[in-house]
Formats: sequence, C-alpha cells, structure tokens
Amino acid sequence: MSAYWKRNQRRLAPWLFLAPGMAMFALYVIIPIFQSMAISFYDWDGLGEKVWIGAANYVELLDDDAFYTSLKNNVIWLLLYLLAVPAGLLIAIFLNQTVWGIRAYKSLFFFPFVISQVVVGLMFSWFYAPNFGLFYKLIEAITGTGVAVLADEDWVTYGIIVAGLWPQIAYVMILYLTGLNNVAPDQIEAARLDGAKGWKMLWYVVLPQLRPATFIAVVVTVIGALRSFDLVSIMTDGGPYGSSRVLSFYMYEQALSEYGYRMGYGAAIAVVLFAIMMVFISGFIWKMWRDETER
Amino acid sequence: MVQMKRGALVLLAGLLMSGSAFAEQRSLVLNTDASDPAPKAAFDQLIAAFEAENPDIKVTVNMFDHEGYKTAIRNFLTADSPDLANWYAGNRMAPFVNGGQFQDVSDVWEANGLSDSLASAKASMTIDGKQWGVPYTYYQWGIYYNKDVYKAAGVEVPTTWDQFIANCAVFKAAGVDCLTTGTKALWPAAGIFDYIDLRTNGYEFHMDLTAGKIAWTDDRVKAAFAELGKLAAPGYITANHAAIDWQDAAALLVQGKAANYVMGNFAVATFKEGGMTNDTLGFMPFPEITPGIPRAEDAPTDTIHIPAGARNVADAKLFLAFLARADVQTQMNGTLGQLPTNKGSTVDATDPFLSAGFEMLSSSYALAQFFDRDAPAEMAKAGMEGFQEFMVNPDRLDAILARLEKVRAKAY
Repeated sequence: MSAYWKRNQRRLAPWLFLAPGMAMFALYVIIPIFQSMAISFYDWDGLGEKVWIGAANYVELLDDDAFYTSLKNNVIWLLLYLLAVPAGLLIAIFLNQTVWGIRAYKSLFFFPFVISQVVVGLMFSWFYAPNFGLFYKLIEAITGTGVAVLADEDWVTYGIIVAGLWPQIAYVMILYLTGLNNVAPDQIEAARLDGAKGWKMLWYVVLPQLRPATFIAVVVTVIGALRSFDLVSIMTDGGPYGSSRVLSFYMYEQALSEYGYRMGYGAAIAVVLFAIMMVFISGFIWKMWRDETER
Repeated sequence: MVQMKRGALVLLAGLLMSGSAFAEQRSLVLNTDASDPAPKAAFDQLIAAFEAENPDIKVTVNMFDHEGYKTAIRNFLTADSPDLANWYAGNRMAPFVNGGQFQDVSDVWEANGLSDSLASAKASMTIDGKQWGVPYTYYQWGIYYNKDVYKAAGVEVPTTWDQFIANCAVFKAAGVDCLTTGTKALWPAAGIFDYIDLRTNGYEFHMDLTAGKIAWTDDRVKAAFAELGKLAAPGYITANHAAIDWQDAAALLVQGKAANYVMGNFAVATFKEGGMTNDTLGFMPFPEITPGIPRAEDAPTDTIHIPAGARNVADAKLFLAFLARADVQTQMNGTLGQLPTNKGSTVDATDPFLSAGFEMLSSSYALAQFFDRDAPAEMAKAGMEGFQEFMVNPDRLDAILARLEKVRAKAY
C-alpha cells in the first residue's frame, strides 16, 4: 500500500486535492442537470405520481406563445445587455486618470454593482411608476402624456434591461479599470512617440492589451443576460400579461410559482435554456482552450 | 415502507388517544400564513383559547410570510409535515388532495354536524364526496366607492349596470377614473371578471366555465367580455393598472382620483389607513347586468387542513372541531374583521361593511370562491393574464379567447 502510494504519489495527489471540489460540483451541478433532463420527460405536479409522457413537454413548447415571447425577450436581453461592455469601457477610460479624489469617483460609479438586484429593481419600479415616478413625470412634462413603461408591452422589456444595465456597466467598468492598470506604460509611451493618439491609440494600442478583460466582460454579460430573473420577478412579475417574461422566469412560473405545478414542463424550459447557454459556454471554453494551446 | 409508516401512525394515534391516561403533554404543530397583524392576533387568540380548553395539548405555531407560504407549503408537506396547515378552499386545494397530501376529515364533519352549521362552505370543501378541511373565515367581494366623489360628480349610487356605465361617462368627464384597480399581481382583474360573468351568465355558467366544461370561445363568454369592454374600451378603468399594485389603486380611491373599486373586504383596512371613514367609504353589491339572474357572490374561504404526514391526527381533529364551533368563529372573525363561516356565529353589528357583507352573502343564491380558487392553477394564471390583456387591449378579444381555449384543452 505504502509502496504503491510512494510510487504514484505525484500522479494521485492532484486528484486527491481535486476530489472535494469535484464531488461538490457533481452533487450540486452535474447530477441536477441530468435530473432536470429526466424530469422534463414526465408530467409531474411536484406532489403526486410522475407520469412518463416522452417528449410531449417539448412538443407543447413548440406550440406555446408564451415560450416564444420569452425566447424573443431573451434575445433582446442578450443583444442589449452587451452594450454594458462598450459603456463600461468608456467609463473606465474616463475614470482612469490621476486627479484629486478619483478613488471616490470610482467608488461612486461602482456603487450600483454593490447594491442588491432586488433593490435595483425596486428603485427602477418607482422611477417608472405611473403617476408619481420620476421618469413618468419627466416624460409627462416633455410630451404631455406620461408613459408607464412597466405597463406597456412594447417598452417593458427595454425598461427592465435598462435597470439591469445600470449595475452591469459598473461591473464591466471595474473589470476594465483593473485591466487598464496592467496596460504597459512603455508601449503607450512608444506609441505616443510614433504619433498615435485618440481613437487610433485606443484601438491599436490599448484595446489589444485589454483583451483578457474584454473576454471576461463579454462572458459575464452574456451569462448575466441569459440568467436574468430577479429584475423581471421584482419589477413586473412577467407582466403585463406575460410580455416581459424571459426563459428563466417562465420556467419558475411553470414549475414553482403560486400557480405553477408543472415540474416537467418547467424542466423542459430549463433544458432549452441550458442548451442555449451551452452554445455560448462551449464557445468560450473553446476560445480559452485555443488561447492556451497556442501559447 | 408506506405500510409500516401507516402502521406506526395508527399506533401513535392509539397511544395519543389514550394519552390522558398517562397525563402526558401532547403537542400539535400548526403552519400558518397569518403573518399580517390582524390574522396574527386572531390566531394567537384562537390558540390561547384552544390551549385553555385542552390544557394537556401544547400548540406550536410556525408563522410564514403570506406570499412565501404559497410555495413553502409544497416543501413542508412532503418534507417535514406539521399536524395542521392553513390553505384555501375550492380548486386551490385540489393539487394537495389529489396528490394525497391532505387527509380526509369527513369524520370531523360527520361527528360535529358541520354539514349543517358550515353548510354554505361545504361545497367548496368537498372533493370526491369527502371533506378535506375546515373553513373558519370568508369575506365578501363587491364595489367599494368614494362617497365624496359621487357627491362631487352629482350622480346617484347605481343599482343597475346601465346606470353604472352611465355614471362612468360623468366621472370620465370630471377626470376621475370610474373603476380603479391594480392588476400587477393579476388577481384583482379576476375579481372584476368573476362578477361580470356571474351577473351576465349566472352562477352555474361561471362554475362550469371555471371547471373547464365550457369553451372560452363560447358566445356567452364573449357576451361577458362585451360587458367588460363597456368599461375597458372608453377608458373608464385606471390607465396603467397593469403596472400598479392593488394598494396603489386603493390610494387613488382614497385621494378621490377614482370612484369605484371592485375588491374584497380586506381592503377596508387599507382604505381606512388612508384616511377614509364610514362616512366617506361606501359599499355596494355588484349591480345586476342580466335581469332576473339569481345573485351570486364571490366569497373566498380560508381553511385549515390536516396534512397526510401529520403525527398527531387525533388532536388535530380535535382542533378542527374546535375551530368549527360558532363561538370560536365569532371571536376569531371579530379580530380578523371578516365573516365567520358557521351560521350560528354573529358579526360585529357596528361595522357597516361586515354587516352589509354578512347580509349580502346570507341572502345570496350561491357563493363562488374566486377565479383562482375555482379554476385549476394553470387555467387561473392564463385566465387572469387574459383579463388583464383585454382590459388594456379590448380589440384583441379573439386572440385572447383562442389562447385561453388552448390552455383549457390542456389544463383539465
């Protein structure tokens, strides 16, 4: 035994160190994924007997208007949420200077990311609230009639995304600020001697050095957009009449909410969301793997 | 395994029934959503009274947040079951009854003559010919109105639907919302539809509709929506109601920016907190639409059940029998500010809203629970979204009804 250990110690040690993490990951992530997939083939209210119905849940999804609304909203979320990346970069560059009190400004810009999403949602609900909300009053003063963003099926999703962008931009900004700290000053100096400035400096000298930060910013933003749930739940509860649903919220509604007793159907929605996420996640992983092997 | 469990339960129940011989401390666990001040006080009273009568039983209460309870109940029923749990009558209890999570308590009804004393609530407690819990309170729905706004507009309190609509035109001209509501949480919209359908097509039709026996594309359903359209199309309902909570809409009524509000009696406390008094706040039953249809009302009932996993079933049944008693319900509902379900109970005569409600419900032809308690969960959710959408976009009626019909095909 001890001879075996002596011989293979170097080979076994990494696995031993990995074991607790892998066990947790399997227990809380990998196994539940497969359990969800299994449940999605059943008709189950979470209380009584499970009934195997094959792919019927997925067939039903294909003919479900609410599912397409959620899917469409998820795409809108994904596209608009990516605005956080350039916006965060802009603010980071703006704040990346040495004037008196800059740390205080930076922390103020970072503030929205520190407060909870629930609080962000509540604040924006009041901001948009008909009759007394600041935004409503502002629009009323300009155009004569107020717009209740959260009651309007055409605007509601955009209204929630704006609320989501607020903390997300702060998050991206912090990523870029740390990235900017690592930009090599000698390269900037050299570029300046060569006559580069403004956009050219940003595009050809600064941005390439920020690539790792950009990569992380895009990853967290894409995943943040796809798993958006809390803001929808707080601000509209999916309303008005379900027009601000996203997939994660629709899954919760079907399986776990006050009127949701359809575990199987909810699981089917979760599987679809998982598949969409996998497209992006495998893309990211592939890119990381390629970067590492190239070096 | 199940057999063993049941055996153990019987053994335990037997032991507990002979408990007095041992003079042992017995215990009951009650899970409740009575987290608001009035319900909490009522439950504290109820338990104190029960313990005073049964000194050897100790009741432990687990208080849950009102909204959180609705999802928590599924976890604790299957995982760590109490002996008693709050829930609601009608179809809202069906998933738990059909899933075998609630116990049949027909014997409690039998032994205490509840079929007679709780007659008005019996139908809503019955599934498969058995009773699954004991109701302890209900409350009326109707129209609450601001008397000052009526005076300022110079219109009479309506007795017919046509009058109501005619008043709306006057209110609209005066810049007041004729009917206010806040449908962010969806259910307030269901109250309006319930009443319009009950008044247009009658109780039996409404029950058949919520039971899935009638197509949503039926002409009679369209007729009910047409009546709702008389409010929605000219903009008599508060704009942006989809974005506001029912409490925000209550503020509009209090401030005189709205004239009427279709609500449950629990809202009276909110109106009064806002500064309304018995002199400015009025109550009327929903006016008649189709002449001659027997008047039915919405009266949601709150109940207590014994979960299947209860450990102390014998004492839980003792508790239910206690809860059903006339004097207990009188006292409890006095604190709750609601109506007792026992016909031998009395209500506080000095409260005009309770007296009016009691009068209205005891003279009504039949009682509906509420749309989301009469219809199964999936239908209720889709239906309420449909009502909300119709109230915003009355021109989409056909698309909405087609969608509801699709849900009906699946949900039943």
